[in-house]
Amino acid sequence: MNSATREAFGKALAKVGATNPDIVSLDADLSCTTKSAIFAKAFPDRFFNMGIAEADLMATAAGLATCGKIPFASTFAVFATCRALDQIRNSICYPMLNVKVVGTHAGPSCGEDGGSHQAVEDIAIMRSLPHMVVVVPADDVEAEKVVAAAAEYIGPMYLRFARLASPTVHDEDYDFDLFRGEVMRDGNGVAIIACGMMVPRALDAAEQLAAEGINARVVNMHTIKPIDEDLVEACARECGKIVTIEEASYVGGLGSAVCEVVAERCPVPVKRIGMPDIFGKSGPGAELLDEFGLSAEHIIEVVKSF
Amino acid sequence: MHRDVKDIAKQMRVDIIEMLAAAGSGHPGGSLSACDILAVLYFEKMNVDPSNPEDPDRDRLVLAKGHAAPALYAALAEKGFFPRKDLITLRKSSSYLQGHPNMNIIPGVDMSTGSLGQGLSVANGMALAGRLDARDYYVYCVMGDGEIQEGQVWEAAMSAAHYGLDHLIAFVDHNHLQIDGNNDEVMTVNPIEDKFRAFGWHVLTIDGHDYDAISDAVETAKATKGKPTLIVAETVKGKGVSFMENQVGWHGVAPNAEQAEKALAELRA
Repeated sequence: MNSATREAFGKALAKVGATNPDIVSLDADLSCTTKSAIFAKAFPDRFFNMGIAEADLMATAAGLATCGKIPFASTFAVFATCRALDQIRNSICYPMLNVKVVGTHAGPSCGEDGGSHQAVEDIAIMRSLPHMVVVVPADDVEAEKVVAAAAEYIGPMYLRFARLASPTVHDEDYDFDLFRGEVMRDGNGVAIIACGMMVPRALDAAEQLAAEGINARVVNMHTIKPIDEDLVEACARECGKIVTIEEASYVGGLGSAVCEVVAERCPVPVKRIGMPDIFGKSGPGAELLDEFGLSAEHIIEVVKSF
Repeated sequence: MHRDVKDIAKQMRVDIIEMLAAAGSGHPGGSLSACDILAVLYFEKMNVDPSNPEDPDRDRLVLAKGHAAPALYAALAEKGFFPRKDLITLRKSSSYLQGHPNMNIIPGVDMSTGSLGQGLSVANGMALAGRLDARDYYVYCVMGDGEIQEGQVWEAAMSAAHYGLDHLIAFVDHNHLQIDGNNDEVMTVNPIEDKFRAFGWHVLTIDGHDYDAISDAVETAKATKGKPTLIVAETVKGKGVSFMENQVGWHGVAPNAEQAEKALAELRA
């Protein structure tokens, strides 16, 4: 409980690996910190360290997938999605291969390593690739379920995990549906649609707003592509205005995906909270989230602004 | 023994010219240079069966230099993976024969390629999967010489040696030319052999148009345990068509009707 989603990823991968012998893991010299090392320790024959070579990592995973393996190829989100983008595009998505691209240390909560290491554009990039499914679990419980769902789903998928530990907002018996968003708190004054570790912050904000008489609906939109369009439309229709929040650039990510659906199906005002088209910087991850406005306080402020 | 392969390669060259002329675009030079390698692999070496194209025990081929797709398609059609009459639909919007290989819609294609430098990594993955499953298949990868300027090739060269992938047999189609000119004018690739040897590979150099030499090199590669083999195939870009041979201008330009007729007359002579 209250652990980082990357930690949950490593444990979950070892867990699904125990029952599915086709699952293999590849990493690029970061297994100790992406936590794929947990799988590597349990199944050394099915783990391949590719060294510091992300392009080779992704295309090797593709080759394994052509032979029926289910590769989880993990590294920091920024290297997976930016350095190895061509490999993900041409050797994984174009041939629709069953590779799970795992990006950890995503977003400014990555912390002290600074802007070079904090993926802010990964969701937008991965979302733009045909055939790619994009998932950002809210907490450790959901991260485990996402890994299990990824092992079952056939096709390319991007899984985004965080370095920083964050509050658990789900019960262990939470019924996860990969392609359906989750209404975590009902309300009709405003809909707050969040993903990743912004979900607990959205719940905090809703709690505080309720004390002020504003009934906010909180949606955990763990799967950003394909997004649960019906749920987004319902939020627009029933709440009349929407705030989105993600620990990523507000260019092309969750907020953009929500706006696309809202514009086409039920136009209502939307405010996006995210990294405002800037890179991150060094500092403790939790502090950076607040500094960049990825906080309950900022959600409340934005909700009241329109 | 090689009479059949010789005839097949000749037919493949005819097919290449006909399909490129019909398409009006494409890459004759590198298709013709790789033609004999593919002919030997598909018709003498590879365990592939058009009636069971997904056989998990089959040998695999990754055409890393995906722009030589016409040569691959000619071989696959000849092998019976799809009708030869479809070849002239290459690159048309109504055709499944894409400009570069697409594994999802073209029978017999083991990997989609086109973005240079990725194929060797993919072949490594296939070889690792074969080892995991204790299958005895071989994975062939055919790269261009210009292609090895891509950094990823050297990442993959490291990986193949690190994992001792002795069921991986890679070729460099060393025709010495790439779009902008001679390899060594554009970006020096030589000495290819020394580089791969330094990376831990077993390396052979052969005449890439000598069927016996190609065949023998593959057997030597199969007999080599514990390390991957690179076969540097010395080839002639545009091989078989006099006015295309060693002409960099024929890298990515299709022959017009008149040129095609002249080329076909030479090939059929």
